[in-house]
Amino acid sequence: MATKWACIDGNEAVARVAHKLSEVIAIYPITPASTMGELADVWSAKGLANLWGGVPEVIEMQSEAGAAGAMHGALQKGALATTFTASQGLLLMLPNMFKIAGELLPGVIHVAARAVATHALSIFGDHSDVMATRTTGFALLASGSVQEAQDLALVAHAAALRSRVPFLHFFDGFRTSHEMNKIALLEAEDLAALIDESSILAHRERRLTPDRPVLRGSAQNPDVFFQAREAANPFYAALPEIVQGTMDALAARVGRRYHLVDYSGSPDAERVIALMGSGAGAARETVAALNARGGRVGLLEIRLHRPFPSAALLAALPESATHVAVLDRTKEPGSAGEPLYQDVVTALAEGVAVGARGGRMPRVIGGRYGLGSKEFTPAMVQAVFEALREAEPRQHFTVGIVDDVSGTSLPVDGEFSTESDGVSAVFFGLGSDGTVGAARSSTKIIGEHTDLNAQAYFVYDSKKSGAVTVSHLRFGPEPIQSTYLIHRADFVACHHFGFLEKFDVLEKAKEGAAFLLNSPFGPDAVWDELPREVQEQIIDKKLRFRVIDANRLAREVGMGSRINTVMQPCFFALAGVLPRERAIAAIVDSIERSYGKRGPAVVRRNLAAVDRALEEMREVRVPAKASSKRRLRPLVPPDAPDFVQRLTACLMAGEGDRLPVSALPPDGTFPTGTARYEKRAIAREIPIWDSSICIDCGKCAMVCPHAAIRMKVYPPEALAGAPETLPSKEFRSHDLPGYRLTIQVAPDDCTGCGVCVDTCPAKSKEEVRHKSINMEPTDRHQERERRHFETFLAIPELDRGAIPVGTVKGVQVRDPLFEFSGACAGCGETPYLKLLTQLFGDRIVVANATGCSSIYGGNLPTTPWSSNREGRGPAWANSLFEDNAEFGLGMLLALERHMDESRRLLQRLAPEIGEELARAILDASQADDAAISAQRERVAELARRLAGIRGEDADAARRLSGLADDLVRKSIWIVGGDGWAYDIGAGGLDHVLASSRNVNVLVLDTQVYSNTGGQASKATPRAAVAKFAAGGKSVPRKDLGMIASAYGNVYVAQVAMGADDRQTLNALLEADAWEGPSLVIAYSTCIAHGIDMAKSMSHQRDAVRSGFWPLYRYHPGLDPHEYPFHLDSRRPSIPLSEFTHSEARFAVLERSNPEQARRLLALAQADANERWRFYEQMAQVERTVPHERPENE
Amino acid sequence: MTMPDLSTDYLGLRLRTPLVASSSPLTGDLDGLRRLEDAGASAVVLPSLFEEQITGEAMEIDDLLETGAESFAEALNYFPELDDYSTGPERYLGLVQKAKAALGIPVIASLNGTSPGGWIEHAKLIEEAGADAIELNLYLIAADPDLSATDLEARYAELVRSVRGAVRIPIALKLAPFFTTLAHTARQLVEEGADGLVLFNRFYQPDLDLETLEVLPRIAFSSSDELRLPLRWIAILHGRVRASLAATTGIHTAADVLKVLLAGADVAMTASVLLQLGPAHLRRLEQGIVEWMSEREYASVRQLKGSVSQKAVADPTAFERANYMRTLKSYSSRFRI
Repeated sequence: MATKWACIDGNEAVARVAHKLSEVIAIYPITPASTMGELADVWSAKGLANLWGGVPEVIEMQSEAGAAGAMHGALQKGALATTFTASQGLLLMLPNMFKIAGELLPGVIHVAARAVATHALSIFGDHSDVMATRTTGFALLASGSVQEAQDLALVAHAAALRSRVPFLHFFDGFRTSHEMNKIALLEAEDLAALIDESSILAHRERRLTPDRPVLRGSAQNPDVFFQAREAANPFYAALPEIVQGTMDALAARVGRRYHLVDYSGSPDAERVIALMGSGAGAARETVAALNARGGRVGLLEIRLHRPFPSAALLAALPESATHVAVLDRTKEPGSAGEPLYQDVVTALAEGVAVGARGGRMPRVIGGRYGLGSKEFTPAMVQAVFEALREAEPRQHFTVGIVDDVSGTSLPVDGEFSTESDGVSAVFFGLGSDGTVGAARSSTKIIGEHTDLNAQAYFVYDSKKSGAVTVSHLRFGPEPIQSTYLIHRADFVACHHFGFLEKFDVLEKAKEGAAFLLNSPFGPDAVWDELPREVQEQIIDKKLRFRVIDANRLAREVGMGSRINTVMQPCFFALAGVLPRERAIAAIVDSIERSYGKRGPAVVRRNLAAVDRALEEMREVRVPAKASSKRRLRPLVPPDAPDFVQRLTACLMAGEGDRLPVSALPPDGTFPTGTARYEKRAIAREIPIWDSSICIDCGKCAMVCPHAAIRMKVYPPEALAGAPETLPSKEFRSHDLPGYRLTIQVAPDDCTGCGVCVDTCPAKSKEEVRHKSINMEPTDRHQERERRHFETFLAIPELDRGAIPVGTVKGVQVRDPLFEFSGACAGCGETPYLKLLTQLFGDRIVVANATGCSSIYGGNLPTTPWSSNREGRGPAWANSLFEDNAEFGLGMLLALERHMDESRRLLQRLAPEIGEELARAILDASQADDAAISAQRERVAELARRLAGIRGEDADAARRLSGLADDLVRKSIWIVGGDGWAYDIGAGGLDHVLASSRNVNVLVLDTQVYSNTGGQASKATPRAAVAKFAAGGKSVPRKDLGMIASAYGNVYVAQVAMGADDRQTLNALLEADAWEGPSLVIAYSTCIAHGIDMAKSMSHQRDAVRSGFWPLYRYHPGLDPHEYPFHLDSRRPSIPLSEFTHSEARFAVLERSNPEQARRLLALAQADANERWRFYEQMAQVERTVPHERPENE
Repeated sequence: MTMPDLSTDYLGLRLRTPLVASSSPLTGDLDGLRRLEDAGASAVVLPSLFEEQITGEAMEIDDLLETGAESFAEALNYFPELDDYSTGPERYLGLVQKAKAALGIPVIASLNGTSPGGWIEHAKLIEEAGADAIELNLYLIAADPDLSATDLEARYAELVRSVRGAVRIPIALKLAPFFTTLAHTARQLVEEGADGLVLFNRFYQPDLDLETLEVLPRIAFSSSDELRLPLRWIAILHGRVRASLAATTGIHTAADVLKVLLAGADVAMTASVLLQLGPAHLRRLEQGIVEWMSEREYASVRQLKGSVSQKAVADPTAFERANYMRTLKSYSSRFRI
């Protein structure tokens, strides 16, 4: 049978095999493994069968722990069971992994290996997760490329069945899981050939059944536990041979040969590197290059890590090897060496001790590389070989960083390169412009339609709006194993003109490379618009320079901002990988296949883009000299703090790789308030205020997801001496006569989402489309608005009591302490966080669950959490995904202990401090801002008096000094998304709510796992399509609020800012004021809803009007005749269908499966009706919080 | 009493009665269609396939599915890739096929195109799907000041010609009443190949919300009062154009049906009243017609059809200007004394 080739990524390659070989697949989303679960879900939803004709059951669980539990159960019952995971997720599976292995159940876990969060979270690849499973008893099998990941996935399943030992098959997160490469596909027949049917029958025979009852999972006493633990040894002893046998069978069938330990390089190598995973690609290239230059070096690729194949290692390592460097992609602080190093040393020492290698022990050194997807290049491999030459090679080194703290790092020759003869291309794109999609398509076209090999790897931004993507593509006649980014490109495309001023786009261009620029300026005008640095590189590197106005062209053919099909044909025309005609035909074919199912109109507009692209691409005549006066812009203003200048600016420039160890905080502590220095200027249009129409409502500022439109009310004299006259209007207020109001945009921080304009209720009386704020082209207003914003920022915040805080304008005149996040344009979550900081920002500690909010809140380079003029602001920390409620509770317990201690010390020291002050502090109500402010003044006075205390109370005074701040009211806010609150953290959240402690919980409920790309959670409504619910969610969403209200003493509110901003505001105020636990569930629109995010707030309004999301507050009280449940929204006034029709998450099901949609939507309407009926009855229920009655009652 | 023969010919189709269910949400699914047939509808007109909507929807879904895609490492997209988004005409064609398979009465599909190619392409697909006839829904607000009546009419003529050239099934044209020279235009369109005229199209009429100052698209149910516009034109066109005539808009009672038949319609189409009172209302209409005809000893619908058309009445001007004059006079006499 002819080999079938495909360009796919590692996740898909593995999922294809796993789906075919499983009956039960229990899944849970986690980057970078989510795609495997998503594909399995889609395939099963389509009815794709496994090898035996059944459709695997794919079930999403509430956490990875749940997935492992379900897998364990399925295995006990005799099914072929699989799961996919990474990082923290794998760690949550640990207890079950011990059980599964202990019971010799042949399950398989496929892991896209990812760093475990330590001082910080990292979504990127290393082996720290896998290395934490070494003691579980699972066999660990490593793949280093997309081809290997597919092949060894099969080996894992087949060997698990034969050996009864469960397998963890791992490959590097992102580098392999997300790299597209051309691979030879395994067909069903190949799979069938390797799977031993009798092992399956035996596995089934062992299943739990009442027809042949047995008991497993007994509890054993000291007398036998140990012996029983040793009883399984023979299964492990047999395993290496079984794995090698399976690999041999694979080789016999498809010709690709693998060994437990593979050696490549010189047969008489002196210096050898040993490693696992994708680093082998770069190492293999380097070994070949060095040997070609006369070196004697080699590479050991260790594929089976557990059970460790000592004999195979000894056999594979050439006798000639005198020096071995073992590279670990993990860190084990305080160990004698990282795990692989220790294994290799032990294996060699044990072997040599019994006479292997002639009793000669090679010198073995260990080092770390590639943590968190740090690049691992041939230059670094060469550096390791160089280190092995040293008389005293550096032990426990690092490579790939500059360690100026502990001096562990090896010097790397930046010029060393092994890049081959193929074509390499780098594309700089904006996230929203389709660049990555085009790069994927080009890779598939070349990889699947020609004899050439192809590889694509994508580097994404940590921002969700205005994100930069860099696509690295290689094409060539030989299989491409370069597992590192391109440094010398034959082709560079810059898909966004603005990048030229921000990054060194041409740094990677080879001499004579082609440079394609998407430019609003034509071939004659563009030269003068380029920064001087760019001109110089074009001239010096003799680049072939072409321009095309792709944005205009895309607009004209109806593609909006997606320029992918304009740029793609230009790439083919310039790169010369394929003959032009053939390339165009392939593009057309690819468009028809990719977009055909979305309708002929979509295909037509893409084809129109292709047709016109080649006509409109123009060559630019490059002058002999650079003449531009433009320069690359400094990334941060000169007045930015030192930390920002030193570290943040470097990260923003994409040069973080160059930072030495000493530049980084050792414990993960970062300053807040840094987003304000990251002026991204990504909006093409910004809102401009027309003061003549404004009605002072403050709604624009309230809903702005990025705190980029702001409101200030001030006395006219506040602007005295200001360099600019700000637009302003009279503030309509009896209490503040003569005060002015200004609404101001932050032009470089606005994302141009348009939510403010959609929300603005003030329309011109002459022309209703003109509102009090209107989107206008940025370039027309940018300079002036920049000056205005600067002036605006200098205006002091209005006295906090001046306008009641319970009004929108009252809270919007306060400075937000959450600003300019990298969230998606129009994000529905961030307005709530911003509001939270305007209300309580100077006195809150935030425990933030992992998810979107922890990413836009805490992903480097900058953070939106900031502080006020006094330096106070939210203190923020993220622990994990699953433990956030507990994490926040811990903070509260600490706060309470400290408050308690400071009150005790205050009472004790009262005679010295002054009884009056002490009493005033102890008795302060701190119910509102004014009272809190007064308390702050008292505590400041306390600090002054404490400083004067000497003698025997001096120690107590010092202790109180350190804690006195906690005498001012503080709140703990526990923040996270629905994935956390409804699913993975539900148990902890429940426990914390049950504790009656004074914590506040804000659930940013997008009804899906937004951060990982929209997988269904228990908050996902019935009839919505989501990942892991590709056929439409069949069960209704969990009513978290009602579950919490069952406790009776938990304050619960369900809010939607776009529907009722006052209700949202009141809910947050009441939640903070409630002395017990509070839970605010905030409906948060999300791009995963498939909506126009400019209409984010309008969708929230319709969600409420249709009864989809009723607004309520459950306010517990002590009155026996209290009606705690307040139904705040009106009876539904539109049918649910009016709401669901407007959101693609529901609408796509109506198209893809109308029958199912009709059924589910009818049920969804019934859900809404029933919920409303229930809530109406709830509003009539009297309930009180049981409490001790005062004696005189 | 012998039962009068209610059968009628429309677009060359022999129908049991002149009562046809015109396009409405009721004709949009099988359940509604079956209820209409059970209640006695002699034919059904499916809701329109709007080319503009198909195109717009495909574009919009594509845009929404691409929003945020390939930007952020943890979320390379936000929706599962489905096999089929059915944004093309497939869903509609499926309805045609299912309706044909399920019903014994003729199924008339309806089409509103935007591009010349779109009209032809979709008309062919509808024919292939098995529709007995196709109603071209000329649903266009001529808001462009650069577009003259002559140009627009020529465009319509070309459209009818090209669709006629593309399909074999009968073609009906659903027209708006807003033509300067309706009779002339009607004849011209019939000459280009239309087998029938459906009078008239009712447009969604914009309304304004005084709270939000937004424009609201509204369609209200028709009332019997609206009958007089199609009544007049059917009476005028009957016998003057070689095409079937269908009256639609304002047909709520048996009396309304009888009036349009007398004026010369081959069929009476109803929608609003069926949405309000349910498909069973068709039985009452049929019964009413039978009673009226029996009382007056009409033997068949064919007999009465057009018997009070402009050609057949003693005073043909009654359907023209005089009608207007008299109405005005009668109002003045009532209120100006």
